[in-house]
Amino acid sequence: MAKVTLDSTEYDLPTGANLLQAALGEGIDIPYFCWHPALGSVGACRQCAVRQYRDENDERGMLVMSCMVPCTDGTRFDVHNDEDIVKFRETVTEWLMTNHPHDCPVCDEGGHCHLQDMTVMTGHNYRSYRFTKRTYKNQYLGPHINHEMNRCITCYRCVRFYDDYAGGKDLQAMASHNHVYFGRHEEGTLDSEFSGNLIEVCPTGVFTDKTFKSHFIRKWDLQSAPSICQGCSMGCNIIASERYGKLRLINNRYHHDLNGYFICDRGRFGYEYVNAEARVKIPRLKDDGDFKDLTEDELSTFLSGHIQPGSKLLGIGSPRASLESNFALRTLVGSDNFSNGLTQRDSDLMSRILAIRAEHPANNASIRDIEASDAVLVLGEDLTNTAPRMALALRQSTRNEPMESVTAMRIPEWSDKAARLATFGKSGPLFAATPRGTKLDDVTTAKVHGDPVDIARLGYAIAHALDAEAPAVGGLSEEESAFVTAAAAALKGAKQPAIISGTSLNEGKLLDAAANVALALTQQDKPAQLAYVAPEGNAMGTAMVGGMSLERAIEAARTGDYDAVVIVENDLYQNLLASLADSLFEGEITVIAIDHSMGATMDKADLILPAGAFSESDGTLVNFEGRAQRFFQVYPAEAAIQEAWRWVRDLMEFADQSQANEWQTLDDVLFAMEKDVTSLQGVAEAAPLAAFRAVGGKIPRMSRRASGRTAMQAHIEVSEDKPAEDPDTPLSFSMEGSATTPPPALLNRYYAPGWSSVSSLNRFQDEVGGPLRGGDPGVGLIQSPGDASVSFYNHVPEATRLTDGQVLFLPLHHVFGSEPWSASCPGIQARSPGPYLAVHPDDAGKWGLEEGDLAKIALDGRDLTLPVQFTPSLKAGTAGLPVGFAGLEGASLPTAAAAPTRGIES
Amino acid sequence: MSSPETKPLLSYCDPENPMDLKAYEAVGGYKSLHKALKHMTPPEVVELVKDSNLRGRGGAGFNTGLKWSFVPQGDNAPKEKYLVCNADEMEPGTFKDRLLMEGKPHQLVEAMIVSAYAFGATTGYIFLRGEYKLAERRLLDAIAEAKAAGYLGNNILGTDYSYELVLHTSAGRYICGEETALLNALEGRRANPRAKPPFPPAVGLWGKPTIINNVETLSNVPHIINNGKEWFHGLSDSNDGGTKLYGISGRVNTPGIWELPLGVTIRELIEEHGGGMRDGYKFRGVLPGGASTDFLVEEHLDLKMDYDTIAKAGSRLGTGTMILLDDKTSVLGMVHNLIQFFAHESCGWCTPCRDGLPWVERVMEALKDGRGSPGDIETLEKHCRYLWIGCTFCALAPGAVEPLKSALKYFREDFENAIRPAPEPADGSIRAKARQGLLEALGQTN
Repeated sequence: MAKVTLDSTEYDLPTGANLLQAALGEGIDIPYFCWHPALGSVGACRQCAVRQYRDENDERGMLVMSCMVPCTDGTRFDVHNDEDIVKFRETVTEWLMTNHPHDCPVCDEGGHCHLQDMTVMTGHNYRSYRFTKRTYKNQYLGPHINHEMNRCITCYRCVRFYDDYAGGKDLQAMASHNHVYFGRHEEGTLDSEFSGNLIEVCPTGVFTDKTFKSHFIRKWDLQSAPSICQGCSMGCNIIASERYGKLRLINNRYHHDLNGYFICDRGRFGYEYVNAEARVKIPRLKDDGDFKDLTEDELSTFLSGHIQPGSKLLGIGSPRASLESNFALRTLVGSDNFSNGLTQRDSDLMSRILAIRAEHPANNASIRDIEASDAVLVLGEDLTNTAPRMALALRQSTRNEPMESVTAMRIPEWSDKAARLATFGKSGPLFAATPRGTKLDDVTTAKVHGDPVDIARLGYAIAHALDAEAPAVGGLSEEESAFVTAAAAALKGAKQPAIISGTSLNEGKLLDAAANVALALTQQDKPAQLAYVAPEGNAMGTAMVGGMSLERAIEAARTGDYDAVVIVENDLYQNLLASLADSLFEGEITVIAIDHSMGATMDKADLILPAGAFSESDGTLVNFEGRAQRFFQVYPAEAAIQEAWRWVRDLMEFADQSQANEWQTLDDVLFAMEKDVTSLQGVAEAAPLAAFRAVGGKIPRMSRRASGRTAMQAHIEVSEDKPAEDPDTPLSFSMEGSATTPPPALLNRYYAPGWSSVSSLNRFQDEVGGPLRGGDPGVGLIQSPGDASVSFYNHVPEATRLTDGQVLFLPLHHVFGSEPWSASCPGIQARSPGPYLAVHPDDAGKWGLEEGDLAKIALDGRDLTLPVQFTPSLKAGTAGLPVGFAGLEGASLPTAAAAPTRGIES
Repeated sequence: MSSPETKPLLSYCDPENPMDLKAYEAVGGYKSLHKALKHMTPPEVVELVKDSNLRGRGGAGFNTGLKWSFVPQGDNAPKEKYLVCNADEMEPGTFKDRLLMEGKPHQLVEAMIVSAYAFGATTGYIFLRGEYKLAERRLLDAIAEAKAAGYLGNNILGTDYSYELVLHTSAGRYICGEETALLNALEGRRANPRAKPPFPPAVGLWGKPTIINNVETLSNVPHIINNGKEWFHGLSDSNDGGTKLYGISGRVNTPGIWELPLGVTIRELIEEHGGGMRDGYKFRGVLPGGASTDFLVEEHLDLKMDYDTIAKAGSRLGTGTMILLDDKTSVLGMVHNLIQFFAHESCGWCTPCRDGLPWVERVMEALKDGRGSPGDIETLEKHCRYLWIGCTFCALAPGAVEPLKSALKYFREDFENAIRPAPEPADGSIRAKARQGLLEALGQTN
């Protein structure tokens, strides 16, 4: 720590940190624009000026930018004591405002605008510039980002995030002097999967959320709750916001170990299905092929006819349903009759991950652990598409090794432009073996493309190169051997090596291979980081709940032993071949489906019950690293919609189960779950329980300044309705309640006096950029066993052998399109590539295919016609199909099948 | 007395018909190369130039040899090192480098080889102002000739020193004269100045050690090597070594450019070399070192044009090419013209420069047209204060306000006379005031 005097008060500040960041951490208000806790300092905006004094006798001092000055012991600064500095900072804002429109009342950013806050903070309030303003033309940047360049104050944060940090290529600073333009070389959709962060990175309203704009509400009028993104297995923390019963906005919610300051566009914009037409709001019964709405009594009559004490019930849960819903279903049907909804393939993969985790000594890596690693091996995962936030962390990790030379030159890491200059585009070791090229290629040291088994063999070989005890692999090509040698050397030379693999290629040997590499490193006393990407938001959790696979559940249903099957939030047609899924509906069995929206399974069910979407429910998800995190209901659900677990509990009444009465709140389910499922011990602690009270009562979901609550129902009833009760959580559907800062797991908005924008997050951390005050939320359910005596996995797979005329079809994932619910949102749909067949150009030549041709393939008994996309990075002999796309649902990949033939010309 | 001994730079300099390689060699050209490469070690060259007290002629006046000594050497230093010649001469009123390049291109080529040898540069770049088409052609010819003669390429003069020289023509921005912005431009990036540290001698072009020197600075080096440091000191009438190219633009009888001992007085320059003021024009002030230096006035005419003397008087020697202000030219018009240039040439990186200079430009435009408002002078003064060194990211804005700052000091009445008194609002209401403000902004009277 360094003793630093600010305005005559001495502070202990972290030595070497930049003064701005350190001072903000102490709660001192210094205005700023171009600095960002994750992007560092560049000294462009000149807003954070302070006066630095050489020594005690220095009275004149020197104007410096606090973001560019390291905290050094014995230094002295004036922040507010010096009139001239205060005036300079006011002048900087005055300059910025010379061209900024005075459109705050109609600007989307108004009310949560960093520029507004800084203008108030610097005291600039009267415009003396009497000349005209410059104006720009705006660009169409796609379905998600609105562009309003007139508001730009040229802080350069957008391009620094988009290009420097996130590796984007199509957003640039153009032109110069007071006419710098931030945009694309031509209109068009921003290409980066992380473009949505521009909304939060931009200190004013240049980049705003187009989906939010279509149903805009001021920040203070939003009802918000802390939530967890359901888009993939990362478990990024989000804040979801509502008004008038509509989910309107998803923002990043800081989590130090996971998403930090950024989320991906699937997570931010993939929420619109919640407001879509396809939502189910009332229980409906199939009657002569059509559904009819049921009254409460009719539902009761139907259920008492079909579920009675002693009824044989089958349950199918889901990897995207909460632990609570899955557990409730398991309790209803009994664990022998319960499927967790994972396909056999996913079930095997997840069991394997859990088994490895139970015995493997490597650290169970968080996203931050990956970001802090200085050499990384990726086996199989196209992270940008299967775990986007981890891909962003990985990109940052490649800066760690070159940064050592920067530090040696005594250039602080936070001095962003200088540090990037000094590393001069050098990337640290990142070795990736994937089916085809990825968006991380530009920072990848070496890459090899192959089929999943090839990749697994590489992993085994790297482990063997690190430790001769690990099984050897024969028959590697020269390129593969070179990759193995280089990767092994890099991992061995690293201070913190990381290995990432996962389930997206449906190859269990990849998991073992990654474990072998991590084990070889751990045995050399390296703090090896091991991460496995899981298939869905709660795949890890459902695997821990256990149960039979989807396929076995369907088999069981067909035995005729069951009276009814209850399906919770699982569209079988997304995961299984239609022919297999169909067979469930063929027998006498009554199918009760509980879900938030219509879909192929709901369409075929006998009874459908409307479940709350994530924004209308509470629940717990377990992310890829086994961290249980709670998401909270944002607003009371419409009509008959309720959480899936509550529907299941209601069914228990008809089965005469005791839980029907015992389970009144979410906490009751949590406690029961902790008691019944050993692996879920501690899950209740993921967030404070319903009984938790901050000083002053429940934590309000609405802001204290929410307006019009008393008038919301005025067109129906003049007197105000009593706010809905929330028995499940310590949050209230109200603006009344505790005014204190809630614990991190319940934090639903960032606001501090003088700080209305997302920048106020600084006030919720002990140290800016560090963990949330009170600890980051969630509870880890999986502990590495430390020094367990595990040995290397020995079953090296044989390389894939194809018979003549066959080709191996591999699964290719897409951040926009492979996750069905987000993919159903119009904006995400527009950014999805659409179904295609990826082939190597050499293969295409052999098969007489041109780029853009329609090719025919026969897969799992289906005939598919798809446009051909040349993908030179694919290994010849393999072809790729996009996962989850229309027509490809439930495809079992990888699959060897006959080579494509030419269909109709496009 | 125009001899190579007293006027090393401009002797044999002929923009109409510059010497080719043969002619240049005949008058001693490339001699320094033989001497340095065969008889001197690189550190000896650095020492010699350091001791000669050759100060940078681009405006900053830093000791050239000292700058070279900052380049990391030895086995651990990067093998690639670069010498960049800053030939992006865009300072309004400055045309000295152009003369050197058009009239004596081989001198710069020789200088760039021998200077590169001093710190082991592997490649040299001449970053040339895009509009200098003639200089481009002549330099390209000179480089080709030098290459053919074995002065460039592998194993120069049979030694183990190898070096390539590349001419790069700028796409054209004044800020490219700022050495780190120049490096960015040369790499194909936006021409924004870089954060320092790291400084170019450690991390420069393509991340490698790089020295950036001005054309005139480099052109002195062969002569220092040939004639020694004492000779170089002797050329000067000041503490700093060498001659200087001095220029005058403005209403003198014979505007032009001359090579003179460093330290000639302003009066001698105007009277003897510029031939005095033209009939009917009186001297009013002078920007001694180009458009980004402070005005000096009558009382300063006997000051020596060297780095320290001019700095003590509150201005800068800059490029040594002065712009005269006479009594028939509008100070306001001149300052407006300069500010307009600088505002347009701001790279747009830091707020004060990007948004402050256009404001100053607008105010100066109003003043120039007699549309000044009460408070304008205060606005200008505020900008002079807050566009100063430290407030901005680089030196462009501080340089830009130097003429303004000094004009406010020496010619304040011109500014005051351009301000119209505030018209009395019809009534004190906010609406009346707003209307008034609108009319003023539109430049109309009530």
